[in-house]
Amino acid sequence: MLEKPKRKNPVLRTRLPTLPPAARSRVALGLTAAAALGRFELQQCRDCAMVQYPPREACQQCLSVHLPWRPQPGEGELLSSTVLHHSNDLFFRERLPWRLGLVHLDSGPTVVAHLHGGVPPAPARVRVAARLDRAGQAVLVALPEKETSSMADDRQLREFTCDPRLRKVLVTDGKTATGQALVQALAAAGAELIWVGYAEPWKKFPGFDELNRVSQATLLPLDVTDSKNVRELAAEIGGKVDIVVNNAEHHRAFGISNRSGVEAARAEMDVNYFGLLRLAQEFGPAMRLRGADGLANAVAWVNVLSIYALANFPPHGTAAHSLAQCLRAEMRPAGVRVVNVFPGPIDDEWNQLVPPPKLAAVALANAIVGALRDGIEDVYPGDVAQEWLARWRDNPKALERELS
Amino acid sequence: MTRKGYEGVAVAVPVTVPYVRYSIRAAHWWLARCFSEILKSAGLKKDAIDGLSVSSFTLAPDTAIGLTQHLGVSPRWLDHVPLGGASGVVALRRAARAVQAGDADIVACIAGDTNHVDSFRLTLANFSQYGAGGPNASFAFLTAYYMRVYGATREDFGKLCVAQRANALEYPHALFKKPLTLEEYLSARPIAEPLHLFDCVMPCAGAEGFLVLGEERAKTLGVAFASLIGTIERHNAFASDPVQMRAGWALDREELYAQAGAGPGDMDFVQTYDDYPVISLMQLEDLGFCGKGEAPAFVRRHSFTHNGSFPLNTSGGQLSVGQAGAAGGFLGMVEALRQLTGQAQARQVKDAKLGLVSGFGMINFDRGLGCGAAILRC
Repeated sequence: MLEKPKRKNPVLRTRLPTLPPAARSRVALGLTAAAALGRFELQQCRDCAMVQYPPREACQQCLSVHLPWRPQPGEGELLSSTVLHHSNDLFFRERLPWRLGLVHLDSGPTVVAHLHGGVPPAPARVRVAARLDRAGQAVLVALPEKETSSMADDRQLREFTCDPRLRKVLVTDGKTATGQALVQALAAAGAELIWVGYAEPWKKFPGFDELNRVSQATLLPLDVTDSKNVRELAAEIGGKVDIVVNNAEHHRAFGISNRSGVEAARAEMDVNYFGLLRLAQEFGPAMRLRGADGLANAVAWVNVLSIYALANFPPHGTAAHSLAQCLRAEMRPAGVRVVNVFPGPIDDEWNQLVPPPKLAAVALANAIVGALRDGIEDVYPGDVAQEWLARWRDNPKALERELS
Repeated sequence: MTRKGYEGVAVAVPVTVPYVRYSIRAAHWWLARCFSEILKSAGLKKDAIDGLSVSSFTLAPDTAIGLTQHLGVSPRWLDHVPLGGASGVVALRRAARAVQAGDADIVACIAGDTNHVDSFRLTLANFSQYGAGGPNASFAFLTAYYMRVYGATREDFGKLCVAQRANALEYPHALFKKPLTLEEYLSARPIAEPLHLFDCVMPCAGAEGFLVLGEERAKTLGVAFASLIGTIERHNAFASDPVQMRAGWALDREELYAQAGAGPGDMDFVQTYDDYPVISLMQLEDLGFCGKGEAPAFVRRHSFTHNGSFPLNTSGGQLSVGQAGAAGGFLGMVEALRQLTGQAQARQVKDAKLGLVSGFGMINFDRGLGCGAAILRC
């Protein structure tokens, strides 16, 4: 049973960030690429269909070098398990004892996996999944065969995920339908405290009262275009935030020749790019220090971007995407997960001319909470985003034409 | 095609450079001392050695060929055997063929590694993403599976460890010098369940070596020697077994005993590769001393001291001597030579004429890949 984290005693040691072993061969990064999307894929020989593990350059059976990555059901039998009471690695030394299992997958190979506490002693049926570890690299976890309600509370599993339960979250914009859906979804997921930012606090906005009725929610004036405001808020709560969800967005019809001057573009950049930059600069350093904090467990930063980023549209979206990638690179050594979310058009007032299907704000919010819970790094929520992702993976140039 | 025999191959001059837990020296220092000790013991000048076989992990990024310059030798036959625990048997096999073919007259087989305070951690950093448990975790899986399927108990593994410690007390180079009781074994702290402290080898620095040469040459030199009468080697056997409960010995043992003209029951002693006790049990089975799954009963039936009913790892094995990297793969070979040439002092197995040495090397995440065995006769 997961307990509410105790208050931090500033006199006692702060656990500083360490990472599990991060070295991977280039081919092994295929496992990471799939795990980033929440998928478990292994190489499967194109010529003889043998499933390979660990990742290889040539098929162990027929020596073919054509080894595409294919989704795996992950079902298998736990052959043997161990509990480590000793490790030479700083990351694991802080987290002993640690349970590992040797699993024979039904698809053929035998794998080593981090073993969920709910799996009974061998022999037992298990479900193997790929997760990103604190170093941002894929590892395999063996889960109980059947999902249980408190499965996500497993001490080891929580090292790979950023489940919002009992965590403190900042949602940067509570004025939008997405922001309000996020607050509701995070509250339902058991977040301990949700700070909700809202710009122009002198104006009451639709949904204000509903937000105030969420017991975990605290509304705070936050304008991401105001450097002083961001800095002061970070000084106040920055040391406590476990998860930042930046959903602040300035969203207008875009284009070059159908509007004059740079004011609209500047306003877009000021929120979508510089807003994220301000937040990252003010909240980032404290979060990097908390990456290993036992109380915070897994710290995460979520950026709500747009599926158009796949085709580098529009300029402010691309700038935000690029900044989010930089943030990920800077946060990774501290063990902070940066989750980038690429929704298709959201069903809100600014997408009035976009035909359905559009993504409901509630669906987006649930996808974000799900990604935190499952340790997913790149999120493509909804049918539109999934289809565009598939098109982009198939032929990036074609998607550019289709979107323009 | 039947392979040719190993007639006329002598193995001689067992040498150990005394182990230390930690060393500030490089692998070169250990290998050089081993080489010079071989020369001294054999009464040879270094130019007389025209073949060199090197096994070492910590020599890297330097190489065997780099070592020839370091040692100032000019061999006409050179080998590098990076096979860990299988390197002793494999080095001997290859050197034997070189001597038989006349590619070299006298081959020095040397194995050595240094061990700095941080060496083992750095080695493991590239070994395992899962808890960085290294071989402890891999052997924990095998041990747990073996216990579940074949009913071995911790007492069975403990019996081997305790007997080997008794042997080690008669071996001056063993790093462990205190007796071990079964109670101490059982109450040791857990490392990777079901493995506890005394199930795991201790990494250290050290070197081992021997000479391979023609029997006539050995007689001329006046060095005591054993004859190689059978040897096998096999890698990545039974790759489709979901978990490793057997290795290549099981494939090739008939040929090994046919070459030697002797069976398991004829052996006066056995030296297994013993970085963890479960692998000794597996070797006893795969080499035909008992059936698969019968090693626990075999262990309960025998005592394993040098003067017991089944002398095993008579110098204490790696579990009581220490694991000096690749030299761990030479430990059994060097001890077998001492036993067969009457140099085993207080731990001498009475009337030892025939001995079996086994090697097992290069465990990855779930299994050891290489194995080999050799039978020597005096």
